[in-house]
Amino acid sequence: MKFVDEFRTPELIGKAGEEIRRLADPSRHYRIMEVCGGHTHAIYRFGLKDLLPSNVELIHGPGCPVCVLPMGRIDDGLALAAQSDFIFAAFGDMMRVPGAHGSPLEYKARGMDVRIVYSPADALKLARSNPEKHVMFFAIGFETTAPSTALTLMRAKAEGLSNFSVFCNHVTIIPAIRAILDSPDMRLDGFVGPGHVSTVIGCRPYDWIAKDERKPVVVSGFEPLDILQSIVMLLRQLRKGEAKVENQYKRVVPWEGNRAALRAMGEVFELRPYFEWRGLGFISQSALKIRPSYAQWDSEQRFTVPGVRVTDPKAAQCGEVLKGVLKPAQCKLFGRECTPEQPVGALMVSSEGSCAAYFNYEHRKPVSIATVAAN
Amino acid sequence: MCLAIPGKIIELDAQNPLQAVVDVVGVRRKVDLGLLQDEPPVPGDWVLIHVGFAMSKISEAEAADQMQTLTMLGEAEAAMEEVRGYGLEDKESGSPGQRWEQ
Repeated sequence: MKFVDEFRTPELIGKAGEEIRRLADPSRHYRIMEVCGGHTHAIYRFGLKDLLPSNVELIHGPGCPVCVLPMGRIDDGLALAAQSDFIFAAFGDMMRVPGAHGSPLEYKARGMDVRIVYSPADALKLARSNPEKHVMFFAIGFETTAPSTALTLMRAKAEGLSNFSVFCNHVTIIPAIRAILDSPDMRLDGFVGPGHVSTVIGCRPYDWIAKDERKPVVVSGFEPLDILQSIVMLLRQLRKGEAKVENQYKRVVPWEGNRAALRAMGEVFELRPYFEWRGLGFISQSALKIRPSYAQWDSEQRFTVPGVRVTDPKAAQCGEVLKGVLKPAQCKLFGRECTPEQPVGALMVSSEGSCAAYFNYEHRKPVSIATVAAN
Repeated sequence: MCLAIPGKIIELDAQNPLQAVVDVVGVRRKVDLGLLQDEPPVPGDWVLIHVGFAMSKISEAEAADQMQTLTMLGEAEAAMEEVRGYGLEDKESGSPGQRWEQ
């Protein structure tokens, strides 16, 4: 399997690094945002920053669904599930995310019926096998995950399953990018576009970034060489004064996206007028809510939600880190009060959060790209 | 969260062709093909799976490549735990979430 072997060759990685140094104009400072948390994880894991010249800076974007969820939503979901005969079902990533009164895991220790599921379809199965209980699936995720929740809701409706609902926290990536570009303290030169989100939405939704904002976007895969190649492609555009959308991850991402997935999302979801993002504040039309035609399966339409708003712990600077204004280690709590074992903020919980990635790979145990690539 | 796990389609569900058994490094689980209904995969095809749903068709080489990426990212175990967790009640006794209860 030659293709695979080629991708692992450390020499190719070294060459990409050289090309980046050749393309980067020493009189400029480049700020490139990798939107997706999966990319952030890979960048730290492989120590890719060490291969970049000091004037090519990577800024970590908002593409970590656990990290951008405001604490009040977790409290709302847990408050609903505190009713008797409820099962709170969520992905494992959510379990240690702190709400104002504890994480789902801590609520479980206090007696709540909390279950990890690996698929929304399994939350539906829980509902089928527990007809005396109400199963609430706490849904998070960008466009990668939202179509699966949509199909699950379509199945629930088709079956007329009445003891199942979704507490929907699905968000959309484009408005978040817009909010970041509109932010006055943020200057960016280009974007490494998200890989798996683009499998669903395709590459067209990024057109405005190139056309209106004159910033290049390169949709990227997750291997070290993918990310470095994407940076090369961005620098080539910047050198020529171009701004267009390119697809480095063609082997997985179709330019038009996945139409069946987009149809399912359109059937079940509509845009919320606005939604709060941790660190970014309220962003208009940035999240999905369940359409009235699926009201019976929408936890928020079916039950009374407290609507809790909780401000983040004052000392934690999750917002600044999320916007890329501060590096993780510049937060006052980093590595002391806030660690992956005892997280204060969500950026320290998820492996896609920049604080956890930074803590695990830079702060605690640096990994050399050469060793990883050779293995 | 954004894990995309490569798997090979083994057989389609006779009653519901939008469900299929996939093989991920020897672990077989049922996944949902609803997101690929425009170009439904057939046995032998490779797909990328996310939260129990096949989201794109890929080549065998890309599948090997993706598994390698997960290994390099230190996510291969999490991916296998996710796959083993899919729809436990179909294949084993108990209900989803059971593994975690133990």
